[in-house]
Amino acid sequence: MNNALSHNAEPRLLLQRLHAAAKNVKGRLAFMEVCGTHTTSAFRCGLHSVLPANVRLISGPGCPVCVTSQADIDQLVGLARRDDVVLCTYGDMLRVPGQHSSLEKIRGQGGRIEVVYSSLDAVALAQREPDRRIVFAAVGFETTAPATAVAIRRAEELRLKNFSALASHKTIIPALRALLEDRGHLKINGFLCPGHVSVVIGSDAYVPIVQEYGIACVIGGFEPTLLLAALACLTELAAEGKAALVNQYPQAVSSRGNGRAQALLTQVFEPADARWRGMGVIAGSGLRIRKEYERFDAQKVFALPVLQDCDPKGCLCGQVISGQIDPPRCSLFARACTPVNPIGPCMVSSEGTCAAWFKYGQKRMVNDGRQMQEAVL
Amino acid sequence: MNSATPQHSGFDAFAGPKLPRIVMAHGGGGQLTDALVHQLILPRIGNPALNELLDAGFTADGATAITIDSYVVQPLFFPGGDIGRLAVSGTVNDLAVCGCRPLGLALSLILAEGLEQRTVDRVLESISRTAQEAGVSILTGDTKVVGQGHADGMYITTAGVGVRREDSRLSMGAIAPGDVLLINGAIGEHGLAVMLAREMPEVKSVLRSDAAPLNGLLDVLQDAVPGVVFMRDATRGGLAGVCADIAARTHRQIVLDETRIPVRAEALHAAEMLGLDPLDIANEGKVVVVVRSRDASVALSAMQSHPLGRDACEIGRVAEMRDGLCVLHTAIGGQRIVQKPYGEQLPRIC
Repeated sequence: MNNALSHNAEPRLLLQRLHAAAKNVKGRLAFMEVCGTHTTSAFRCGLHSVLPANVRLISGPGCPVCVTSQADIDQLVGLARRDDVVLCTYGDMLRVPGQHSSLEKIRGQGGRIEVVYSSLDAVALAQREPDRRIVFAAVGFETTAPATAVAIRRAEELRLKNFSALASHKTIIPALRALLEDRGHLKINGFLCPGHVSVVIGSDAYVPIVQEYGIACVIGGFEPTLLLAALACLTELAAEGKAALVNQYPQAVSSRGNGRAQALLTQVFEPADARWRGMGVIAGSGLRIRKEYERFDAQKVFALPVLQDCDPKGCLCGQVISGQIDPPRCSLFARACTPVNPIGPCMVSSEGTCAAWFKYGQKRMVNDGRQMQEAVL
Repeated sequence: MNSATPQHSGFDAFAGPKLPRIVMAHGGGGQLTDALVHQLILPRIGNPALNELLDAGFTADGATAITIDSYVVQPLFFPGGDIGRLAVSGTVNDLAVCGCRPLGLALSLILAEGLEQRTVDRVLESISRTAQEAGVSILTGDTKVVGQGHADGMYITTAGVGVRREDSRLSMGAIAPGDVLLINGAIGEHGLAVMLAREMPEVKSVLRSDAAPLNGLLDVLQDAVPGVVFMRDATRGGLAGVCADIAARTHRQIVLDETRIPVRAEALHAAEMLGLDPLDIANEGKVVVVVRSRDASVALSAMQSHPLGRDACEIGRVAEMRDGLCVLHTAIGGQRIVQKPYGEQLPRIC
C-alpha cells in the first residue's frame, strides 16, 4: 500500500530554500493568499508551523462564502422562506447565518433547499419541476461564475420560465486593488495568487497589480510542495527587493487564461459595483447579469428590494477577511462563535479563516512547530 | 497559549447551544451528534451502561452485548456495496470492536410503497451473503411499509447480540502513553464512493466502498494478541472522529503521522475535488486498534495475514502529554490539530 502523501526529499529542499531566503531579509514579511482552497490546504498540511519566524502567510478575501455580504445572505434566506421557491445552493452557504436565520435552519423548518454540486443540477431540477420556481444561489469568484453563465445559457436554450440565479459573484483583481489602496491598514510584501481563479483569468491579469503597486505576485498551486515553492519564491523576491510576477503553477495556469470561460462571463455578465463583507462596496468588483438575460436574474424576477447590510454585532469577519487581524483578536472567536454555532461566515465555511484557525489549532501548532523546525533545520 | 485559542477538546460541544430543531448535521457523527446525545438523549434515558457510549452496550455481568444501528444510505446500491451489506457489516462490527463474537442479528425493513420487489430481493441477497461472510444468522425480523415518497425507498435497522471473548480486556481507560495506533488499511473510500455515486454519478471512479464485516479479522488479531487495549471502527466522523475522541476521553495527546496513514491517490484526489479531508470521511471496513508497543509487530503481522488487514499499518501513538488533543505530524514536517468533524459533510463551492 502506497501512501499518497509519502515523504519525499522535495519539501525538505524547499523548506531549506525558504528559510535561507528569510535569513537574508531584515524584518518581517507577510504574504497574503486570496483563495479559500489555499487557506484550507495551508492549514491542513501544517504549513504555518514550518514557516520561518519572520514570515507569515495571511488569508485575504478568498473564501467565496466569507466575502458574501450579510445583505446577500438575507436576500437568499428571504427567498428560501417562500413556499413557491426551491433554493439551490452550494453546500458551504447552508449554515451562514443571516440576520435572523440561515438556510440550514429554514430547511429544518420545512423550506426546500437543495444542495447542488453543479449549477446545471439546478437547471435540471427546474426542468423536472416546472411548477416550482428554482433559484440558484450564485456565489463565488471567476471559478464558479462561468458555471452560472453556463446554467443561464442552458436555461435559455430550454426556454425555462422557472429558473433564475441570484448572482453575487465577485472578481479578484478589483479586490486586490482595494486592499492595496488601503495599505495604511495592511502591510503585505506580496500576494500568493489563487490557482483556480488564475486558470480562468490567466497570469497576465496580475501584470497591472505588479506594475502599478510595485508588489510581488506569485501564482501557486494547492499541494503542500507547490505551496512551499510559491512561498519560497515570494521570500526570495522579497530578499532581492524585487516586485515581479511569477507563475509557479504553469501546469494549470496560462498567461491568457481560459478564453472560453472568459467569453461566457462577458456574454452573460457585466462588471458592477459589489458589496463585500467588511470591505464595503468595491467599484467594478461584481458581476451583474446582463439585461439580455434579466429574465433569469432573481433580483429582477422577484423584484427584490435592496436590503440594509448589517454585520453581526461584535463580528470581526470583515477585518479577518481583509487580513487586518488574526481570528483570536475577535472577542467572539472560540467563545460565542464556534463551528457548531457560527456567528460570522469565516467560522462557517470549511475554507473560512476562522474555521481553519479553530479546526487546525493554528496558534498553538505554530509555536510547537517552530520549535520542532528549529531543532530539525 | 493565548486564552482565546480553543482548547480543542471535542467535548466543548456538550456545553454548546441547543438548536431548537434537528438539522442534518445532528446526524453527521460529529460534534453536533455529541450534543444531541448529551443534551437530549442521556438526560432522559441515560444509565451506567448507556453512558459509556460504546458501540455496543453490555449486560450487568459484562458477558453479553447488544447493539443496534439504522441504515438510510442513498443510493441503495453503490460501488463496493449496498444498504444490505452495510446493515450487516455495521452491526457485526459494532459487536466485534467491543471484543464480542456476534451470536445473531435482528433485521427490520422499512419499505416504501412502489419500491420494486426486485430491488428488495437484491438487498436481501446481499444481506444473506454478508451474514454468511460474517458467520452470523438473522434470527428475527420485522417489515413495515410506508407511503410513497417516505423512507427514500428503503431503510434498514439491524440489532445484534454478541458474547464477549473471555480473553477480552478492551477498555478505553486502559490506554496509556507509549501505546501504538494501528489501522487495517486505506481510509476514506466508503464515504467517497457513496458521495460520488450520489452527487456526481457521471464521474467514473475506481473508488469502492470498503464495507465488510471485520469480526474475522479481529478474531485473528485477538487470538494473536490477547492484550489488545482498545478498538473502534472509523465510521461516521472518520479516522479523525475516532482519534480525537480517544484523545479527549483519555486526556492524552494522540500523535498521528500523516505519511503513515494509508490513503490511495484516487481517494486523495476525490476528497480534494469535494473539498473534504480524508481523515474526516466515513469508512465501513476500517478499525483503529490500540495495542501496547511491545505487541505492535505481532498485532500487525496477525492483521496483515487476513485479507481485510493486508494493508494494516501503524499510524500513530499515544504521547505523554496530557492535553487531550490529537495532533497530526504532516508530510512537509509541520503539524496541526485533528478534530472531530462538525457534522454534515458539505461540498465546497469552488
